[in-house]
Amino acid sequence: MTIELLINAIIAGLLLGGFYAAVTVGISISFGILDIVNIAHPAFIILGSYIAYIVNQTLGFDPILTAIVVLPAFYALGAAVYQVYHASFEKRGQDALRGLAFFFGLLFVTEVMLILVFGVDYRYVQASYIEYTLHIGFMDLPFRMVIPCLMSLLMVLLLQLYLSRTFTGRAIMAVSQDQLALRLMAADPTKIKRIAFAISIATASIAGAFLIIIQPVEPSVGREYIGRVFAICVLGGLQSLPGTVIAAMLLGVVESLTATFSGPSWAPAVSFGFLLLTLAFRPAGLLGR
Amino acid sequence: MRALLFYIGCIIVGGLFFAFAQWLGNDYLFFAGYTVLQFVVLATAWNILGGYCGYVNFGSAAFFALGAYSSVALHKLGANVDRYFPDWLSGLAHTIMPLNIPTLIVIGGIVSGLVGLGTGYLTLRLRGAFFAIATLALAVVLQTLIVNWDFVGGSRGAYIIRPAEVPILGNYIQYLFLVMLVLSVVAIAIARIIEQSRLGYGFATIRDDEIAAEACGVPTLRLKLIATTISGALMGMAGAPFPYYIGYLEPSSAFGLAYAVNSIAMPMIGGTTSWVGPLVGALLLGTLQQVATVTISSAVNLLIVGLLLIGFVIVAPRGIVGLVQEFMRERASDQGQPTWRSRLATFANMRPGAR
Repeated sequence: MTIELLINAIIAGLLLGGFYAAVTVGISISFGILDIVNIAHPAFIILGSYIAYIVNQTLGFDPILTAIVVLPAFYALGAAVYQVYHASFEKRGQDALRGLAFFFGLLFVTEVMLILVFGVDYRYVQASYIEYTLHIGFMDLPFRMVIPCLMSLLMVLLLQLYLSRTFTGRAIMAVSQDQLALRLMAADPTKIKRIAFAISIATASIAGAFLIIIQPVEPSVGREYIGRVFAICVLGGLQSLPGTVIAAMLLGVVESLTATFSGPSWAPAVSFGFLLLTLAFRPAGLLGR
Repeated sequence: MRALLFYIGCIIVGGLFFAFAQWLGNDYLFFAGYTVLQFVVLATAWNILGGYCGYVNFGSAAFFALGAYSSVALHKLGANVDRYFPDWLSGLAHTIMPLNIPTLIVIGGIVSGLVGLGTGYLTLRLRGAFFAIATLALAVVLQTLIVNWDFVGGSRGAYIIRPAEVPILGNYIQYLFLVMLVLSVVAIAIARIIEQSRLGYGFATIRDDEIAAEACGVPTLRLKLIATTISGALMGMAGAPFPYYIGYLEPSSAFGLAYAVNSIAMPMIGGTTSWVGPLVGALLLGTLQQVATVTISSAVNLLIVGLLLIGFVIVAPRGIVGLVQEFMRERASDQGQPTWRSRLATFANMRPGAR
């Protein structure tokens, strides 16, 4: 019995970890690669959840499909946010303190606006696969976890291919290391950063759809994810997407075990423990140099 | 001399407001005034680390709630002395419990200060962003701990029945208001003393260029830890009387994002380089929020704060104090004679040593 419980908890944790990878990959790009501390990222994820919710309620579309359709809108939003950030903080060379306050304000304003429009009720979506659970022996594989996990791993894989194989992708990886060299390759660092930041916000659309498939969403849910995403990002070594996936799986499993054996109300504390321990003992992350 | 004048001025202004509110005979003024003063303390405390050192603390709510919940815990202990203390201690416990508010404030300050020191010790050696993220996560985790801690009410919350009267003053809310008034004067005095001391210079070097400061032999880590501890302790002190003010405390209100946002927005809007900024920001924004809560709604007033924060950070990075300084500099002197404008400019320009 206990062994079965343990194995099921580990499976649930791995599935959860796959989803966490989708949530964190945006932060890995903006914070890890570009060094922009976008603490508003979870707010964009919740925004994505609510868009998926509206379309699902009114037209009955699949949440993930909706998220892919609205990708360009999130991309544009990301580009716009970066433009404001660049003009107001990066150019003036005072991005540290005020940039953080800017993103914090953004996080807060998005949350309050969502509360004003939708209230604080929990919202959820309907799709054919959400109810379905696959049983293999004593193992349970709920599809509302499996689908987001697989899709998220696919998304991270595509991003990894993009970052390592294309010219723009490699330029993104290079932009934090040597901007002058990038200029010599005829790439404008500001433009590259704008593209990268826009991509990071675009991932929030998809992660938002996953989130609302996995659990009901209300506007302040995003806050719980701030600790998680940064814990995963730091543990994963900031810049590395494979590291992010491994760290996300690790956190997912530990959280799931905590929830199973000490009660779900303790789960949010796990990420902070992870974050503090990582910062204290291994700030370069698992796969860091 | 100047310092003495300053303290006398503070006491006179506070006393005048107190006399005015009592003359009107409206308790609501004391309730609203308490909230505004609480934000003065929070903003000033945040600014000691954020404004002087340049390290952003997103966890103001955590430190505030720690202070509040240490009061709740001590209140519970005091109310059930016979249950929680062994026989040989209960006599002693009966004489000191229930603790009075000033003692609770000191204890709340110590608890929050220690947590600040601990968090700072683990994360301040790294880049500033990590500290900011850690404080953000700290709020979530402390909330989880409190939710799971039944003794202080867990997620159900805790009722605090405050005494109907206090010995000399009579009215309890007026007493709380006075306590908060004294606390805000103390907070501002601490900020002001820091600004004009060696400590303030040290903080400013960290804010301007930490690596250069380190290279010149400034003990940056120690200074940052001092700032975090003082700042956290003041926030805890602001929170300690809160359960007695509100009467019913539950985790999601004590850890509300509003505290974190306000304690960042107020110094940012007022101006971060001197003690004047948080004071101006807190008085303006605090009063505005009180008015907006009564006339519009409490969600809208938070939206206003958020939008103001974003707007000021982009358009006027040096806050209201910065705007005033620019305005004053334009017409700084009238044929070599200092004018009231230039005097105000000198007053507002309270950088360390700028006398």
